[in-house]
Amino acid sequence: MMVGIAVSTNINGDNAEFLCHADETLLDVLRDRLGLMGAKEGCGTGDCGACSIILDDRLVCSCLVLGAEAEGRRIETVEGMAQGDQLHPLQQKFLEHAALQCGICTPGFLIAAKDLLAKNPDPTEEEIRFGLAGNLCRCTGYDKIVRAVQDAAGVMRGA
Amino acid sequence: MNFDPSHSKRSFSSVGTRPIRPDGVDKVTGRARYGADFNMPGQLVGRILRSPHAHAIIRKIDTSKAAQLPGVKAVLTAADLPDLTNGDAAMYDILDNCMARKKALYDGHAVAAVAAIDARTAKQALKLIEVEYELLPHVTDVDQAFAPDAPLINDTIFTTGVDPKPDRPSNVSMRSQFGHGDVDAGMARADFVVERTFKTEQTHQGYIEPHACVANVCSDGTADLWVCTQGHFVYRQHCAELLGMDASKLRVTSSEIGGGFGGKTHVWAEPVALALSRKAGRPVKLVMTRDEVFRASGPTSATSIDVKIGALKDGTIIAADATLRYSCGPYAGAWAEVGAMTAFACYKLENVRTVGYEVLVNRPKTAAYRAPSAPMAAFAVESAIDELAKKVGMDPVDFRIRNAAQEGTKASYGPVYGPIGIGPTLEAVKNHPHMKAPLGKNQGRGMACGFWFNFGGQTCTDLNIGIDGTVSLAVGTVDVGGSRASLSLVAAEELGIDYSQVRTVIADTSTLGYNDMTDGSRGTFSSSMATISAARNAIKILRERAAQMWDIPVEDVTWEKGHAVAKGETHGNLPKLSLKEIAAASGTTGGPIAGHSEIVADGAGVSFATHICDIEVDPETGATKVLRYTVVQDAGKAVHPTYVEGQYQGGAAQGIGWALNEEYIYGKDGRLQNAGFLDYRIPVCSDLPMIDTQILEIPNPNHPYGVRGVGETSIVPPLAAVANAVSNAVGVRMLHIPMSPPRILAALEA
Ligand code: FES
Ligand code: FES
Repeated sequence: MMVGIAVSTNINGDNAEFLCHADETLLDVLRDRLGLMGAKEGCGTGDCGACSIILDDRLVCSCLVLGAEAEGRRIETVEGMAQGDQLHPLQQKFLEHAALQCGICTPGFLIAAKDLLAKNPDPTEEEIRFGLAGNLCRCTGYDKIVRAVQDAAGVMRGA
Repeated sequence: MNFDPSHSKRSFSSVGTRPIRPDGVDKVTGRARYGADFNMPGQLVGRILRSPHAHAIIRKIDTSKAAQLPGVKAVLTAADLPDLTNGDAAMYDILDNCMARKKALYDGHAVAAVAAIDARTAKQALKLIEVEYELLPHVTDVDQAFAPDAPLINDTIFTTGVDPKPDRPSNVSMRSQFGHGDVDAGMARADFVVERTFKTEQTHQGYIEPHACVANVCSDGTADLWVCTQGHFVYRQHCAELLGMDASKLRVTSSEIGGGFGGKTHVWAEPVALALSRKAGRPVKLVMTRDEVFRASGPTSATSIDVKIGALKDGTIIAADATLRYSCGPYAGAWAEVGAMTAFACYKLENVRTVGYEVLVNRPKTAAYRAPSAPMAAFAVESAIDELAKKVGMDPVDFRIRNAAQEGTKASYGPVYGPIGIGPTLEAVKNHPHMKAPLGKNQGRGMACGFWFNFGGQTCTDLNIGIDGTVSLAVGTVDVGGSRASLSLVAAEELGIDYSQVRTVIADTSTLGYNDMTDGSRGTFSSSMATISAARNAIKILRERAAQMWDIPVEDVTWEKGHAVAKGETHGNLPKLSLKEIAAASGTTGGPIAGHSEIVADGAGVSFATHICDIEVDPETGATKVLRYTVVQDAGKAVHPTYVEGQYQGGAAQGIGWALNEEYIYGKDGRLQNAGFLDYRIPVCSDLPMIDTQILEIPNPNHPYGVRGVGETSIVPPLAAVANAVSNAVGVRMLHIPMSPPRILAALEA
């Protein structure tokens, strides 16, 4: 029998507490224990970025983080990006540019792009492409994703 | 339903605009529910045990230890499933692929399954299942499997399509042939001939969402299935048939789908999940791992293709010949047949012949992948055409223009074309600035054409008008990339109301009639046809109701821009009635207003594309970099141009990955060595440039707005366009895809 580990953490500004097993990933905790299904599992091995979250200001694959490691940390997920009914500029621009087809990769891209723009508010196309190279999209060919991020970056800079 | 020629001059008010899709906000906020995002109370976790062997007799499976593990609620093997040995062969194969009955036929083939209270227990239970295998010789390469002395995969397979019927079983399940004229006589007249053999490796659709479902079978025989699929009606039909259920008792709801590209048109784990649920008496959730997706869902064929094309001095292709061998996995397939049909479809040919061979191999069962079978054939043919153009001394675009099929051309696969877009896409490419841009050192430019049939199929929609005058449209074709937006536009267009007044949903299998799946680029084509006819049926009722409200004959009422208008001198000054007003009065004029449509959407217009690719090759390492890429494709009529562009770009990106990187790598032991995104590398953002698109609109005469399918053609030209670019950059003809750095270096050294 495995005994659960008690973890207290902060998710999208709200305190959250949960019990998890020692070998349980943070992705599984978010999805199965906390009902936050925005982060997706595309591979479970750190190769697709669909599970991207921000952990204490660092972009991570939540499938590579253990639930227990969230103790005392700050987690941001796609569910926390919009403020009430006000979409984040990245979300808005993804919609306007049709930067999603099936949309399974979208939460991961939004989080990765948010992290990128926090560190580099005015990236070149190449910086965007390399900044998002950890996220796989099989539908779009990335063209519209890059354009959406460029456009959102402009809005966020107030340009 | 014929194209209304007045539409070519008609200015559309909704169709052709680019509104935000109705499912968009849910998808950017994480609220959209995909296959794995659904749970049921009391649900168990299902897991599948898979064969590590490429080819083995299953001597015995002992599940007793697994069944005794606390928390295990059901264990399943083929013995628990209906034995279809004497039934329909295709159904037998589908079920055998879901759960091996006598032999494991590939690395990854399912042999047993469990349902347990949690994932940990389920995994543990799999380890307790003991399978006794007797290993058999295996074969994974298409050419080796084709050879007469190859290990035999299925001793009931005798090649069909040959006369007389062979007296020995073989790995070739079918031979098919297409063409017309006298190829040998034509070839004898040729001034220039190119003859080559090409190879392409097996690739996977690579959708980011693994297969996932939740099955719930009740003891009263009713059942529900939540699943990510391209065709929930087809899944219902297959699951019911395989498990001996009434289709009407099984309700299938399609989740949001995280990519399919053909790979989610076949059942894999769903019948297993249903059978586990039936046995356990509880809901079962079954989600594949990425490793399972690669090893055990359906990749496309590996191929080996001989092409011989002859031309006269003036640049006329006088004869074209191809023999195509396509792997189909360990079951009979019909993939080479499609390759043989599409191979020369772009050209006007007097003498043409294609022969296809379906080749069984110990690899996963081949599944459809976006314009299935066409990209490989196009790679071979378009590479040879490029080489032939050089021999003749013509520009490759001019050479193709000279030989391009036209309206009235008899296609190499039989039919006579109506108005088609191959010529116009070539002209557009010829005049495109991309063709004139300078190239640097180690850089090359390639172009290539592609063809896809498109498909119509059975389709059914319900259009319901609420008493507030807003419209609910229920369709049965799964939305894989924005079709709900397109269909809302079509309903708005036809009714003459605003896009925002229409909400389109994908209905489940119990609330709408049968629909074929979203494949063959049929989603928007066929459902828009059904939507137009449903809207026209609703308009008929709206006119009747208005006539009733006015107390005039219905013949005197027309429908214009969302309003009933009374015509004729006597009624001329009646103020028109809006859809909203008529809907509000429906309670007193005869009840709810709706339009329904059940059709076979015949007349899908064939589609053509021409692509241009610039590439740089590092001669030291063989590494490649795509510098610029342009797609020109005929859409017939682009309903939502942004999503049409998205289809063009997505197909091009997949094709580029196929051309340069992606391949299934098998070891001598017959095991797949790269079943993960780290080693099966699909293009990432930094691998690609922007992908320019140009939409041409040559109306499809069989659709009221001229729409053609657009989803698939875009993956057909890239393999050849990239190969032609690389060949031009390095000065050596590339014959083997993917052109990974080691293969490019080998070609340079050869
Ligand atoms: S699921 Fe975490 S990187 Fe793919
Ligand atoms: S939109 Fe489908 S994977 Fe990116």
